[in-house]
Amino acid sequence: MKMTGAEETCLPVSSDLDIMKARQKGRDLAAWADFAIVDQTLIATAISEIARNIVTYARRGTIVLRIEEESDRLGLVVIASDQGPGIPDVAQALRDHYSTSHGLGMGLPGARRAMDDFAIQSTPGEGTKITMTKWRTKPSVPQR
Amino acid sequence: MSVPLIEHDRYLLVPIQSGLTDTELSELHTALLRWVTEQHPRGVMIDVTLLDVLDAYAVRTLSDVGHWARLCGAPTVIVGIRSDLAQTMNRFGLAFQEVATAPNWAEGLRVLAGSA
Repeated sequence: MKMTGAEETCLPVSSDLDIMKARQKGRDLAAWADFAIVDQTLIATAISEIARNIVTYARRGTIVLRIEEESDRLGLVVIASDQGPGIPDVAQALRDHYSTSHGLGMGLPGARRAMDDFAIQSTPGEGTKITMTKWRTKPSVPQR
Repeated sequence: MSVPLIEHDRYLLVPIQSGLTDTELSELHTALLRWVTEQHPRGVMIDVTLLDVLDAYAVRTLSDVGHWARLCGAPTVIVGIRSDLAQTMNRFGLAFQEVATAPNWAEGLRVLAGSA
């Protein structure tokens, strides 16, 4: 896989096969960007949870994956968007064990704990956008 | 569904071969419940070494198999939880219910024999 910081991968999410593809793409990108194995799995699992939320609550949406590079660190950014019903109470949805479907309330709070940055914008009736980033420090460049 | 169900010495061995979609996990759940109900194995061992993630749905589905098997008199052991999967489950606050865990098949069989 060849990818620079400017490129993005945009994945449609409307089925459980899409959920698996999205988390596998996320893991591939994390591996390509030299994230540790455990971080690859944290990222893949967080993507799995928010992709499942899209399919369960909004039926369809998209997940964008990209690499963000700063002077001393590198981030894998995941942006999940849908035009579903929205989350009426975001604070409640981020609480452990809260769920309105299947009693799987660990997904959203778990994803927030797994990633470093996590933000939800949600408007009832219009949709939800979750932006989450996992960072890793860049190894310092040896001085010559 | 691509998961083989292997009977050995009246144990049911389930080596999951790849990442599974939610539908495939759900099909596996149905197949395991049917097997346990009809074949009365002495125990069930599920190998998750090749699973790509253990997210909330996967943990709940496998825990539910363990619950059902226990009602049918068979203990369940999950083997091959890689350290990255274990650390991720911990970060997500996920835990297996009603199943034992073991690092590999040999230990898993020992656990099943001990809890029969």
